[in-house]
Amino acid sequence: MSVGNGGSAGHLAVRDLSIHFPTDDGLVRAVDGLSFTLERGKTLGIVGESGSGKSVTSLGILGLHKGGHARISGEIWLDGEELVSASADAVRKLRGKKMAMIFQDPLSAMHPYYTVGHQIVEAYRIHNQVSKAAARRHAIDMLGRVGIPEPAQRVDNYPHEFSGGMRQRAMIAMALSCDPELLIADEPTTALDVTVQAQILDLMRDLQREFDSALIIITHDLGVVAELSDDILVMYGGKCIEYGTADDVFYRPEHPYTWGLLGSMPRLDRAPTERLLPIKGSPPSLINVPPGCAFHPRCPYEERTEGRASTEVPGLLETEGGHLVRCHLPREERRAIWENDVKPMLETT
Amino acid sequence: MTTPKDTAPVSDAPGSAAAPGEGAARQGEPLLSVRDLQKHFPVTKGLLQRQVGAVKAVDGVTFDVYPGETLGLVGESGCGKTTTGRLITRLLEPTGGSVAFEGRDITHMSQGHLRPLRRDMQMIFQDPYSSLNPRHTVGTIVGAPFRIQGIETEHGVKKAVQEILALVGLNPEHYNRYPHEFSGGQRQRIGIARTLALKPKLIIADEPVSALDVSIQAQVVNLLEDLQNELNLTYVVIAHDLSVVRHISDRVAVMYLGKVVEIADRKSLYGAPMHPYTNALLSAVPIPDPKGRAGRDRIRLTGDVPSPLNPPPACRFHTRCWKAQEVCKQQEPPLVELATGHKVACHFPENAPAQKADAAV
Repeated sequence: MSVGNGGSAGHLAVRDLSIHFPTDDGLVRAVDGLSFTLERGKTLGIVGESGSGKSVTSLGILGLHKGGHARISGEIWLDGEELVSASADAVRKLRGKKMAMIFQDPLSAMHPYYTVGHQIVEAYRIHNQVSKAAARRHAIDMLGRVGIPEPAQRVDNYPHEFSGGMRQRAMIAMALSCDPELLIADEPTTALDVTVQAQILDLMRDLQREFDSALIIITHDLGVVAELSDDILVMYGGKCIEYGTADDVFYRPEHPYTWGLLGSMPRLDRAPTERLLPIKGSPPSLINVPPGCAFHPRCPYEERTEGRASTEVPGLLETEGGHLVRCHLPREERRAIWENDVKPMLETT
Repeated sequence: MTTPKDTAPVSDAPGSAAAPGEGAARQGEPLLSVRDLQKHFPVTKGLLQRQVGAVKAVDGVTFDVYPGETLGLVGESGCGKTTTGRLITRLLEPTGGSVAFEGRDITHMSQGHLRPLRRDMQMIFQDPYSSLNPRHTVGTIVGAPFRIQGIETEHGVKKAVQEILALVGLNPEHYNRYPHEFSGGQRQRIGIARTLALKPKLIIADEPVSALDVSIQAQVVNLLEDLQNELNLTYVVIAHDLSVVRHISDRVAVMYLGKVVEIADRKSLYGAPMHPYTNALLSAVPIPDPKGRAGRDRIRLTGDVPSPLNPPPACRFHTRCWKAQEVCKQQEPPLVELATGHKVACHFPENAPAQKADAAV
């Protein structure tokens, strides 16, 4: 992965980001040494199960852990500015303006007491010196662009008067109202029905092209990731365990966890399989991440590493052209397993 | 709008022919017969609680479930699939229609008379966090059915419970632990153990895996299948995830606004869907194949599901349907069998046998 200086290599550059929370039960290593870069106009999908640290990462980039108990280290560069060491005030000025977020549940992310228009106007006027009337025109314009019918009337509706899909559209309008360079969508369609999900995914794809922002989409749904992402980062136990282009991760995955995710998922685009191929066990607690490779207690190939899996943390190493994998197995062996054992199982079983 | 025929993202290649129970399950008498089932929730207003309307959550649902098969009930939120499940188990009182279990009409049976039947008919709930009493141990939770039904077991309840725990893949030594000591997937196994305690014939599973992580989801799906083979269970699986439903079901019913719009065996439903709504649902599912996204033409349904408080007249899908004609606004299409075992409620079905002869196979 190319990591440049101060964002020159990418609009967003995250380097060795760690976010730890001290608790009574121990230190929660929610994010542990995460690095990636992202250009404007590109989409990064972050995939992982619950407790893998994907949402904490997004809140960390937005600076929403500042002032809490979190211990944050590493660097986050956005367009030449470093955010980890920046003051909470400085980050707040960027939030909404240069970076914005779309949350999973628009009903709880929007204030029920204010109209949708009011909330968009407020966000817009904090960052732009414009009159209320101009901001309102902008809000109506944005609502129209995200596909809300009769935006001039709907702008005065309260969130509860919108349906789930429309609320998510309104939230996207709010997030895009200041034309942010970075947009983070945390499970943007998980709360929606499948037909509405398809509408929102189409909308996000179209708007990203139009606004040319960098988009991070965080989800557990590999289908959603495949629809939108250029690059994919797979997280497990607070660490990136595989990173590559969408093609790398879907057609040439090299980490046993990624294989497990692909095998766990029933797929409509293939003939039905007799049985799913689940991963044994359950995801680790972030207080008590297994030593060595965090995945080793669930890994079917653990014994092939001669004990290194349980003692030594594998490095995130490049296997080919920007495709990074954190695994002790030698590259040739991983490829042989994928080609001979895993891939045929996924396709036929 | 595109023609859905070539956009349906489903490949039902020969692999599916080997699936167990497909078609073969439909023999003999149905275990469960649901006829024109209705549930209207009254909407009241004012001091006198005058009824001003009704949410027609379930409005005339008819299907049969045969012993040993799995029927999947799919639909979007508000389509009435969960209400249907609760009507079948009589957790809700039906407004109209009938439910027959093993030939006995249980539609309005009193709770006292129902109790013996509950042994044969159990439910798995969606949320393994709220469906287990946090103050009871696993032993108490899984042993409750024995106590309630007053069943004597050969080696005592504890032994019986431990056998069931082992059956669902939990450690029998965890008998004295509390639900909070388990992960989400393990809790769902506890819920499954509880439903299995009395060796039921029919299990209604309401979104049994949707609260679980992908890797755990697969474990629970496999467990449900193993248990079905081992104990000869019959399932009604209620879910919104079309790929999970295809994986575990023998037959699938698609619901929209309180009605079944299409019901067929899995192969015909996913391979040659007839109802435009089924087509739209299938084409909306995101496919985990980055190359596929460029070539796919999705059917874009506009808008949301209308409110069941005030559903559109006649065909309820006509407001979002690209094939809708005048007749769809005037006349409700009946659920008719267009191919063997393939029923659809539409005036202009796709993949009808005339166009596609092999759809019925």
